[in-house]
Amino acid sequence: MYDDIIGAISTPLGEGGIAIVRVSGEGAIEKINKVFQPRAPGKDLRSRKPFTLTLGYIKDEEQGILDEVLVSIMKSPRSYTGEEMVEINCHGGALAAKRCLQRVLSLGIRLAQPGEFTQRAFLNGKMDAVQAEAVIDIIRAKTERGLKLALKQMEGKNSQYIKSLEDLLLEANMLLEASLDFSEDIGDLDYRRVRELMESSRDGIDKMLRAGELGDVYKEGISVAICGKPNVGKSSLLNALLRKERAIVTDVPGTTRDVIEEYVNIQGIPVKIIDTAGIRDTSDLVEKIGIDKARQAISEADLVVLVLDVEAGMTEEDMNIYRSLEKQERIILLINKDDLMAKNIKQKDIERHFSSLDVIWASTKDDIGIQSLAEMIEKKVTAGLADNEQLEFTVSLRQKELLKEARQYIQEVLEALELVPMDCLGVDMQNALISLGQLTGRDLKEESIDRIFREFCIGK
Amino acid sequence: MIYQAGNYEVVVIGAGHAGCEAALASARMGCKTLLCTLSMEHIALMPCNPSIGGPAKAQLVREIDALGGEMAINIDKAQIQMRIINTGKGPAVQALRAQADKQEYYREMLKILLAQPNLDVLMAEIEDLEITQDRVGAVITKTGARFKCQAVVITSGTYLKGRIIIGDVIYDGGPGNQFPAQKLSASLLNNGIELGRFKTGTPPRINRRSVDFSKMTEQPGDERPLTFSFISPRINRPQLSCWLTHSTAQTHQIVMDNIDRAPMFTGVIKGRGPRYCPSFEDKVVRFSHKDAHQLFVEPEGRHTDEMYVQGLNTSLPEDVQMAVLKSIPGLENVRIMRTGYAIEYDYVPPAQLKLSLETKAIEGLFTAGQINGTSGYEEAAAQGLVAGINAALKVQEKEALVLKRNEAFIGVLIDDLVNKDIDEPYRLLTSRAEYRLLLRQDNADIRLTAKGREIGLVDDRRWQDFNSKMETLEKTKTLFQQNTFTPADLEATAFLKEKGSAPLKDRLSWWDLLKRPEIGVSDFENMNWINVLDEDIAEQIQIQSKYQGYIAKQQEQVKKFEKMENRRIPVEIDYDEVYGLANEARQRLKEVRPTSMGQASRITGVNPADINVLYIYLEKKRRN
Repeated sequence: MYDDIIGAISTPLGEGGIAIVRVSGEGAIEKINKVFQPRAPGKDLRSRKPFTLTLGYIKDEEQGILDEVLVSIMKSPRSYTGEEMVEINCHGGALAAKRCLQRVLSLGIRLAQPGEFTQRAFLNGKMDAVQAEAVIDIIRAKTERGLKLALKQMEGKNSQYIKSLEDLLLEANMLLEASLDFSEDIGDLDYRRVRELMESSRDGIDKMLRAGELGDVYKEGISVAICGKPNVGKSSLLNALLRKERAIVTDVPGTTRDVIEEYVNIQGIPVKIIDTAGIRDTSDLVEKIGIDKARQAISEADLVVLVLDVEAGMTEEDMNIYRSLEKQERIILLINKDDLMAKNIKQKDIERHFSSLDVIWASTKDDIGIQSLAEMIEKKVTAGLADNEQLEFTVSLRQKELLKEARQYIQEVLEALELVPMDCLGVDMQNALISLGQLTGRDLKEESIDRIFREFCIGK
Repeated sequence: MIYQAGNYEVVVIGAGHAGCEAALASARMGCKTLLCTLSMEHIALMPCNPSIGGPAKAQLVREIDALGGEMAINIDKAQIQMRIINTGKGPAVQALRAQADKQEYYREMLKILLAQPNLDVLMAEIEDLEITQDRVGAVITKTGARFKCQAVVITSGTYLKGRIIIGDVIYDGGPGNQFPAQKLSASLLNNGIELGRFKTGTPPRINRRSVDFSKMTEQPGDERPLTFSFISPRINRPQLSCWLTHSTAQTHQIVMDNIDRAPMFTGVIKGRGPRYCPSFEDKVVRFSHKDAHQLFVEPEGRHTDEMYVQGLNTSLPEDVQMAVLKSIPGLENVRIMRTGYAIEYDYVPPAQLKLSLETKAIEGLFTAGQINGTSGYEEAAAQGLVAGINAALKVQEKEALVLKRNEAFIGVLIDDLVNKDIDEPYRLLTSRAEYRLLLRQDNADIRLTAKGREIGLVDDRRWQDFNSKMETLEKTKTLFQQNTFTPADLEATAFLKEKGSAPLKDRLSWWDLLKRPEIGVSDFENMNWINVLDEDIAEQIQIQSKYQGYIAKQQEQVKKFEKMENRRIPVEIDYDEVYGLANEARQRLKEVRPTSMGQASRITGVNPADINVLYIYLEKKRRN
C-alpha cells in the first residue's frame, strides 16, 4: 500500500492560472514520460536532471494534446516526499489539471488519500518526529472533513443511487456465492438473472459517470474554439457572444495574430471562447506562430465553431480548414453575414460538403443566430449526458475512479459469464464489490454473506 | 483432597474432533501429552450430522491432512458414502463430502489415540486450571487429581454449562445426553477469560425400518469414490445411499399450531443460534412463503438402524416432533430413536485469542473448536490441530504456526475468528476466502505438506510420496510447456477438427492448447502423445493451465496483501499512547492486539484513517 505511485492535484481548487498535478513513488518519472511529449525534441523526462523544468504537452489516449505543461522531476531522496516525484504545472487552469490528473490515473497511478504526500514525507524521514503529530492532524482533519462532505452527499440523491447500484451487485454476488456454498439448498445458478443484475449495475455506473461529466460541464466549463479563414467574422462572433467589443475588429486580413481567450456564460455553462487567428498559409513569421497556436487551441477545444462567410463564398481554403478538424467530434457550422444580399453559399452546397454538421445561419453584426448558437452549444456538449433527472451532477474524482474501476470488473464478469467456471467469476465480482463498497464505506463482502442467510432457507 | 497425579507437557481437555487433533499433534511433536475426556465411549463423537466435508469444509479436511492431522485418514476409513459436490462450478469450490459411520469413526480414532506414543487418554472431568502469574501450570480433576503441565488446550465443544432444551423440558446436559462440564467455566471466568452463550440444535433420529423409501428420491454415492487423505488407499467398499424427501403444508401447519410451545419463540432459549443452520420452526416462520423444505434422510452407520433427518433440527416438544415427522412423505409410520434438541453452551469470544489460538490473558492456555464460537467438526479439527501444534511449539519455546489467509482456509478461519465480531456460531464458507482460487482442495498438499514436515508432523513416507509427486508434476508441466504443435502438424490438425476446436494459426504449446475448454489432458493420453498420467497429476496440469489467467490475478492480489501482512506491529505497543486514533478503533485494537498492519486493517471497527495514524506512530517509535 505504501510503495505504489500516487497522484493528486496539489493546488487549491478554484480559479487559478496554474494548477499542479503532483505524482510520487518509485517509477513516477518513467510513467509520466509515457504521456509526456517534450516541446523540444530529445528532452525526454528520463534524461532530464532533477529540478529542471521541461516544457511540453500531456497527451491523451489518441495522442492528442490535453494541455501545455511545465514538468519538473525530483529523484529520491531529494524531494518533498523523499520519493521519486514529478510535478506537472498545468497551464490550462483547473479543468485542464483535472484532465491531466485523470490521464495520470489512467496509467495505474493511484489517487492519493488526503494528507498522503505529507504522510509519505514523514515516513521517509523528511520530517522530524515533532511534525508527525501535525501530519496526523492533517489526516484526521481532511478525512473528517471528507467524511462530513461524504455524509452530506449521503443525504443526497446520488448516495441513494450508489446504494441501489451496490444492491444490484450485491444480489448478483449473493446468487453466485449461495449457489457455490449451498448448492444443495439452492440449486443451480440463474445466469440470466445474474446477467440482468450485472448489466443494470454497469448501466447505472455509466449513467452516474455521465452525470459527473455533465456536472463538470456546468461546474468547470468547456472550451469552444472559433475558427475559419481570415476575415470571415470570427472576432465579431466572439464579440457578439461577449456582447462587448474587446477583440480588435478590422477589415484587414490577419489582424488577429494571437489566440484570444474570453470567458462567457452560455446557457449556464462557463465557456472559454478561443478566437483563433485566421488560419491560412503565410510567410509572416509572427502570424505563423499565431496559426500554430490556433491549431493547438482547436485540438484542445471541446467544441469548434467553424465560420464561413456567405459573401466570400466557399473556397478550397474553407475545405482545408474543415479537413484539419477531423479529430473534433463536435463542430457547429456558422454561416456569417447572412444579412448581406450576396448569397454565395447555397443550402445545397452545405448539404453536399458539410452534411454531417449542424448549421446556423447568422449575422454577427445584427446579433442574428447568436441565441441559436448558444442553445446549440449547450445541446452538443450535454448530448448523451442529460438522461439523469434523478441524479445530482456532483461526482468527485475519487468516486469517478472507483466507479470506473468497478465498471471494468463488472464488464469482465459479463464477458466471462457462462464461459468460465463460477469460482473464477467470483474473482472479478469480488473486486467489483470492493471498488463499489469504497464509495460508501460498506463491507459488501460481509453484507453479501448476511443476505444469503436472510434470503435463502439454508440449513442442515 | 487434591493429590499430585502426574506431570505432562501438554494437557488437552476434551476428546472431540478438536481435542483428538490437538492431542495427536502435540504427542507426535514429542510432547508428553494427556488427553482428558468425560466419556471414553464418546471420543471423536459426531453428535450432529453424520457427514464430513462439503464446500470449504473439504478444503479444511485436506489441509489438516497435508499438515499431518488425522481427520482425513479417519473419515476415509469410516466413510459409507463419498460424493463430489459442486462439479462443474470450478476447481476452487468443488468439494468432497463423506457420510460417516459414526461408530466406526469413533473406533478408528480411539485405535489411533491408544497407539500413539507420548499420549495418555484419561476419563476425567477437569474442574479447575491452576494459573500462576498469568501462566497455566496445572489442571485439577473432579476427583482431586492434579496434573502439572506447561500448556493446556481446552476443546470443550458444547459441554461448558451445557443445557438441553426440548420444548418445555430443560435440563443440564452435554450433546447426546452426556454429562456437561459444570465447573470449568467458573475457573475460566476467575482467571479473566470472558464467556458468551451460543445455541445450536440437532434433528431427531429415526428408525430405518419405519421409513418408506419408495416415497423418497435416492441419493447414491459416487461410482468412483475419492479419498480425503492424500495418502489413503483407494476406496472399494460398497456405498450407502441417502434419501431426499420434503416437508408439506401439513407439516408447516403442525409447527404453526404449536409455535407457542417452541422454546425459540417463548424466550426460553437466549443463546444466539446460527443463521446458516436455523431450526425447522425458524424456517417455517421466516420463510412462510415456501410450501416445502427439502429434507435428507441419512444413515448414521452400517450397523445401526438410526437415520439422521437433515433439515429438521428442532427443539419443539417431543410430541410435536413426532407429529411433524409423520406428516412427511415416507415417514407416515416413523418411529423416533432419539429426540431432537437444542443445546446452549458457554463459549470464549475469540477476540481474546492470538492467531496461534493461545489466549492473550493466560500464557500457555489454548482454546480450539466450538468453545471458540465455531460450528462444524471440520472447523473444530482444524483449530484443534493448530492449537495442539502451537501448544507443543510453546513448550519447545519455538515460534507459533500462523497460517495466512492466502495459504489456507485454516488461516481464513482463525483470522476471521480473532478479528471479526463473532455474534453467531461461525461456519466457514468458500466466500469468506478472498483468495479462494488459490486455496483449492486439490492443491492442499502442494500448499502445506512442507509446513507439516517442518513442524514434524509429516512422516518420511508421506514426505517421499509428496516429493515424488512434485517431481513428476514439474516434469509433466515442462513437457506440456515445451512441446508445441504447428499448423503443419497433420495429426494435430485432424484432431482439432474432430474435436470441433479452431485450427491453429501459429505454433502453439500443448499448455496453451489445454486452455481451450474443449481440450483436456485425457485427449493427449488418448492420442498417445503422452503416457497415461496419474490422476492427481492430470488434475493439476488441467487446473493450472486452464485457470492460469485467474490464478495469476489472485496471485497479484496476494502480493498486495502480503505487503501489509509483513508490516509487523510490536507486541509491546501501547495503544493509549497512539495519538489520533478514533475511540472505537483504539478499543478494538487493544482488544485484538493485531500482529501486523494487515491484520489491524481487518478488525471490525478499524478504519483506513486509523491505519494511517498507526503507521505514523510506528515510524515515530522506530526512530526514537
